[in-house]
Amino acid sequence: MNAASETVAPSFAARESFIELTARERARRLLDAGTFRELLGPFDRLTSPWLPLQGIVCQADDGAIIARGSIDGEPAVVAAIESAFQGGSIGEVSGSKIAGALELALRDCERGRTVRPIIVFETGGVRLQEANLGLAVIAEIQAAIVALRRHVPVVGVIAGMVGCFGGMSLAAALCSRLIMTRQGRLGMNGPEVIEQEAGIEELDASDRRRIWQLIGGEQRVASGLADRLVDDDADAIAAAVREAFSAGVPPVHRSEAVGRYLSLLSRIDPDTATPESMRSVFGDRTANSKECE
Amino acid sequence: MEHLTFDYPARSVVSARAHVGVVGSGDLEVLLAPNQAMQARVVVNTSVDGYGHIWKSVLDRFFSRYDGAAQIEINDFGATPGVVALRLAEAVEAVQGTQGMQGESA
Amino acid sequence: MSDTTALSRGQRWLRALAGEPIGAAPIWHADAPLGDEPARFIAVVPDPTNRFPRARDNVVGLEQGWHLAQAVRAVVEADAHAPRRRPIVAIVDVKSQAYGYREEMLGIHLACAAAVDAYASARLAGHPVVALIVGPAMSGAFLAHGYQANRILALDAPGTMVHAMGKEAAARVTRRCVEALDALGETITPMSYSLTGFAKLGLLDRLIEQVDADAPTQEQITRVHRALADAASSARADAADLSHRLDSDAARATRAASIEVRRRLALQWDAV
Repeated sequence: MNAASETVAPSFAARESFIELTARERARRLLDAGTFRELLGPFDRLTSPWLPLQGIVCQADDGAIIARGSIDGEPAVVAAIESAFQGGSIGEVSGSKIAGALELALRDCERGRTVRPIIVFETGGVRLQEANLGLAVIAEIQAAIVALRRHVPVVGVIAGMVGCFGGMSLAAALCSRLIMTRQGRLGMNGPEVIEQEAGIEELDASDRRRIWQLIGGEQRVASGLADRLVDDDADAIAAAVREAFSAGVPPVHRSEAVGRYLSLLSRIDPDTATPESMRSVFGDRTANSKECE
Repeated sequence: MEHLTFDYPARSVVSARAHVGVVGSGDLEVLLAPNQAMQARVVVNTSVDGYGHIWKSVLDRFFSRYDGAAQIEINDFGATPGVVALRLAEAVEAVQGTQGMQGESA
Repeated sequence: MSDTTALSRGQRWLRALAGEPIGAAPIWHADAPLGDEPARFIAVVPDPTNRFPRARDNVVGLEQGWHLAQAVRAVVEADAHAPRRRPIVAIVDVKSQAYGYREEMLGIHLACAAAVDAYASARLAGHPVVALIVGPAMSGAFLAHGYQANRILALDAPGTMVHAMGKEAAARVTRRCVEALDALGETITPMSYSLTGFAKLGLLDRLIEQVDADAPTQEQITRVHRALADAASSARADAADLSHRLDSDAARATRAASIEVRRRLALQWDAV
């Protein structure tokens, strides 16, 4: 950890909310000051070929911002999803921008030029209007993360308020390190979908408190499914991202720890488990310490 | 979904480009760039049909104060005239800020 | 399938292609020849007594995800020092991921990611990974089991489909009827539920016709076996990444934007 890179802010300093920033502003804030350079920005006009056919107005960047720059002086690339457009859902173009950026980072890493990748997840998953292409590009994003994280940590940020759902929650789970705020949520199926498919007895999507208890940032970090809980503060999140890179590639990624998680699951009683009770089982970082950081 | 085009006369050169906004519900994005010809052209892509006359009135008012030779693209998702005017003003401010910086650089 | 004596498609095809399965539901695997080499075949099958009540059908839930990862990784470890890495065949018959409160609480997203990770890692290690779609291949379940394959094959039969959301749910969300959704898929290819539509996206390497998915003849099984072996050979001769998916006439026609995005990104990647 590079202590020199942490800014010690006086307690009375105004915090800048990260959540309130647009995706473009978030990307800018995560990169070293003055290094932000957007690729395939709005003026490149690479928009969805599929939305206009369905009477939906396109956003010129298709809701994904790709920016190069540096982090602690090292080359980096940020992929930030704009949740204001179509709920941050992934379409052919937005997904290809993210996958393509990760593929190019991989190419550079393989050539000895390490690039630090960050993904700011703010997405409901596949854009239904592009269904099979959304799903396909998410598979490509996942493939790129698995290949890339052998060379360099792949760092994910889930800030809220949309959170990270659907196929992209699998991509988040593949990341080397996940940084979340309390407002962030990480789950495979949105609460509305669970309620729709399994009934309101299974999950009441309007019970916000219960939702956050289940899949909110604090719960996910406490149960070891995410790595760092950070306040909704742009400086703090940027610092957490820098630390995540300084820590290097973990010896075992969460998604590789098969024996560990099968063991943890076997200690869970499906009939009695609660978010509180599963924390002590899943969050036990001393269990099988070889597989933990 | 509608595509509308509006042309206006222009008198000053635009030498930078700017982008503001997001295509969220009730919002819009504006892409403003230099026009090669000494005129302004606005292309509006909007999710709401039948408001051509409102767009014209908002743009007429905007161009009564702005004379830049600009190519403007608007991607709109049901913004009110007030929000449209706001975003246009933001775009102009952003361009003028950039142009100002260009003028300052040695 | 509520009839406990009838086999699911996944069960039927695993047996037909690879013989008696090892391991209990929800994940069956069998090690059997593919062409002239040993291979592992893996299927997700219904598990009526699964500890998690929402994960008893042909779905990918918590145990399915982690056991898939285990079945794949066992092969990768076994072949770690072998001169030739054996093919892995994912027999895909998964109607969705498991939808449940417990699933979300216990990290189904990570369980599925573990399967994605295992298949992708196997592919990167040089194992030819081939997916055979014999039923539904839906959404997150397909991401976990099949979508990291080098090659994707499908039976041209009723009941096979690839999509991000089930038809009834999609109809509700888009406020259309199911028939209108089918019609939409004709003009908007990525919305199609048919495998011909999926093939137009360049994502399907082979659509195997004239096969009874529920009661295949020996001739049909042999033909499918041959197709899988060909796909494994083709995959072995190719790159270990997914670039093959953008390298076809279909992809150049229907995924032109995916190709153009990558081309332009590469041009802009390094500052001028």
